[in-house]
Amino acid sequence: MLNRQELTDIIRGFEPDAEFSEGTQLLEAIVPAEKLFTLTEKLKSDKRTALNYMIDLTAVDFTTHFTVVYHLESTDFRHMLVLKSIISDRENPAIDSLTVLYPTAEYFEREVFDMFGIRFNNHPNLKRFFLEDDYGYPLRKDFRDEVNIIER
Amino acid sequence: MMSEEIIKDVIIGENEDYIINLGPQHPSTHGVLRFEVCLKGETVKYLIPHIGYIHRGIEKMCEANTYPQIIHLTDRMDYLSAHMNNEAVCMLVEEALQVEVPERVKYIRTILDELNRLASHQLWWSAFGMDLGALTTFFYGLRDREHILDIFEESFGSRLLHSFNTPGGLMHDVHPNFQKRIKEFITYFKKKLPEYDQLLTGNVIFQNRSIGIGNMSKETAIAYGVTGPSGRGSNYSCDIRKIAPYGAYDKVQFNEILETGCDTFARYKVRMREMWESLSILEQLVDNIPEGDFTAKMKPIIKLPAGEYFKRVETARGELAVYAVSDGNKSPLRMRFRTPNFSNLFVMNEITAGHKIADLIAISGSLDLVIPDIDR
Amino acid sequence: MSSNIYDFSTLTGAIHTWLSGMMPSGMVIFSEMVLVGLAFLLMYALVGLFLVYFERKVCAFIQNRVGPNRVGPYGIIQTIADLIKLLMKELIPIRKSDKLLFNLAPYIVIICSFLAMAALPYAKGLQAMDFNIGVFYIMAVSSLSVIGILLAGWSSNSKYSLIGAMRSGAQIVSYELSVGLSLLAIVVFAGTMQLSGIVESQANGWWIFKGHIPAVISFIIFLIASTAEINRGPFDLAEAESELTAGFHTEYSGIKFAFFFLAEYMNMFIVSALGATVFLGGWMPFHIGNLDGFNQIMDYIPSAIWFFSKTFFIILIIMWFKWTFPRLRIDQLLTLEWKYLLPISLFNIVLIAFIVLMGWHF
Repeated sequence: MLNRQELTDIIRGFEPDAEFSEGTQLLEAIVPAEKLFTLTEKLKSDKRTALNYMIDLTAVDFTTHFTVVYHLESTDFRHMLVLKSIISDRENPAIDSLTVLYPTAEYFEREVFDMFGIRFNNHPNLKRFFLEDDYGYPLRKDFRDEVNIIER
Repeated sequence: MMSEEIIKDVIIGENEDYIINLGPQHPSTHGVLRFEVCLKGETVKYLIPHIGYIHRGIEKMCEANTYPQIIHLTDRMDYLSAHMNNEAVCMLVEEALQVEVPERVKYIRTILDELNRLASHQLWWSAFGMDLGALTTFFYGLRDREHILDIFEESFGSRLLHSFNTPGGLMHDVHPNFQKRIKEFITYFKKKLPEYDQLLTGNVIFQNRSIGIGNMSKETAIAYGVTGPSGRGSNYSCDIRKIAPYGAYDKVQFNEILETGCDTFARYKVRMREMWESLSILEQLVDNIPEGDFTAKMKPIIKLPAGEYFKRVETARGELAVYAVSDGNKSPLRMRFRTPNFSNLFVMNEITAGHKIADLIAISGSLDLVIPDIDR
Repeated sequence: MSSNIYDFSTLTGAIHTWLSGMMPSGMVIFSEMVLVGLAFLLMYALVGLFLVYFERKVCAFIQNRVGPNRVGPYGIIQTIADLIKLLMKELIPIRKSDKLLFNLAPYIVIICSFLAMAALPYAKGLQAMDFNIGVFYIMAVSSLSVIGILLAGWSSNSKYSLIGAMRSGAQIVSYELSVGLSLLAIVVFAGTMQLSGIVESQANGWWIFKGHIPAVISFIIFLIASTAEINRGPFDLAEAESELTAGFHTEYSGIKFAFFFLAEYMNMFIVSALGATVFLGGWMPFHIGNLDGFNQIMDYIPSAIWFFSKTFFIILIIMWFKWTFPRLRIDQLLTLEWKYLLPISLFNIVLIAFIVLMGWHF
């Protein structure tokens, strides 16, 4: 099991642009959106990290930008990593899909698309999941629905 | 012209797909779920699950509610492991505020976890037998589950969705009869559990319908994120109670049940053996509940410091992960629930292709899906 | 030896003489037929009602609960209440179904079970049609009901119904072989296919005891195969509620559904009666070889009571199967028949022929 410092060094080795946050519960790495796929691929195949289990894939809307958050874990060593990518474009947010690496990502990404409107490039089946096609993206902070949501 | 169009409508050719819908109203899919199944004769070529029939927008609602209010929403996700869902959010808040809950609270929470796990597995066994045609299992399982629900009702006032946890501890202390009734239940259920094996496990017809059906290798389980008893049936060691112990789990001895069969029968046996393990955990804990407060001192309005928090628990169906982003207010900025059933569902296409329709029912029963957990 | 048993032919003879005194002989036959037909209709309805109630009580007992006990004393009027409810339901027609076949299917199923019921011996002297090919006739007639099931599934214009009907058709046609072969075993022992002859030949003991091992094997095969014939018990894939939402009769409502439902229970009665007649002695009391005193005592219990209690014993076993075992999948069902039951039945026939030649039975 690698501790936070070792993991930080390995990630910096793969991707010098990565930024790390201080004092958080889990190790977080913020990576530019274009470099995400290659970094994740290396982290999955490398024998020291072996991050082969994707716990969660989700997005957060910070009003000015989106952050796509990936929680990864290794089933052999049980160390965890949080990868984040910031998407500033609110009109057409897009990022690479990780479906080829983690089959479960296909469905998490569909849900993120359904709720936030973030498109994933190279996704095999990017359709809406829970909601109708013309509903809008509910988990965005600027989403308004006069009929169903009562603002306080 | 007209007749040619009609003929085209009616004849299904050799190379075309014969699509059938299983659900959303169907006695076997436990909840509202639609399977679009493509058949060739009796064999399933592929299937596509359609979800969203019971989407209630829980994650959006969490952004408008305070943390004690969110507890009541989490109950309704996987309602058969309601207590574990509550506990996940409570522990997240307690760790964020760095509050130390009393020992008594930890013991009682763990006891309730195991009781909930037992009740959930009993209901699973009842429904699984009923899906396969052994209608009597439904009555035997539910009869025994009533004893657990009576214990809950006496202490908390409600049978299924108690929302008894609150950040900091419990809402009030348990009933004085709590320990005595649990001990009675343990002695009662130890005599009944072998009956379950006699009725279903050893039956030749049942074994023919479940051995070799729905093979899921360990790599598939990890790739699709299948956790819980479904994953442990493929020899994938994923018990959060062992990886990151919480509550009183580090004070009890219990085994993580793994089976190497990788098929429906292995997943079935994992759950049956887990029921025995739950009984043994209950036995170890029930006599040793320390005295003390039932809650720690918390401020009336709970505000988490700005930052991100993550907590995992082991529900009856797998790994529930809660991820909260807070900006210092009394409601979270974003609350995300990574539910076990969401990942468990989508492995079905992989493992059902090539089997028959009757096997589809057996496989979805062995994965033990609760649909509101998928849709949230 | 069977002289103490009350012979119903005295009663039927008396009725015949009384009628002949009133009308010409053609009319006598006609009115007798009408009387017998009415008696059968009445018995069909009553036995059907009772069987539904019986099943619910047996099911409740196995599942550790009480069963119907509100409507009438001990719930005996429950079935009538259900029947009235079914009669009042709306008959929902399906837009694109084949109307003639859709309406015809329940009637075919009922008619077949009626035809089979007519040939059974209910008590000494109380048998409507005593063919010299009795066993063969009942087998032939009960095979016709598969037509009704296939018509029901096809004409419902629904994928689920079609799948259910196809499965059921394959199942019934396969299991007829085993039923026929197991009945054939006793025909070889008795030397006749006439049902009254088979019953008379059990006057010194039932065939299941006289025929020792091969008769017991035949009886077990008969139980399994006839449960599969009537689409019941662990072989009820055609109407598996949790898989195909009632299979071939999904689209039927009201009185037509009641027909299918009733026909299923009456088929259960018929195969149990057949098994009781051929293996367990029909209306013949429990005699043991040469113990005349014992046999005289057994003769005091009326033959109709013997017949019905044996039939209901077999019905109880069939119901027990249904509520205990899970369901077999269609390919496992057919494997059971073609790879296991059929070879065993064939071997059994050879064994019985050998035993009869050697005279090694009682």
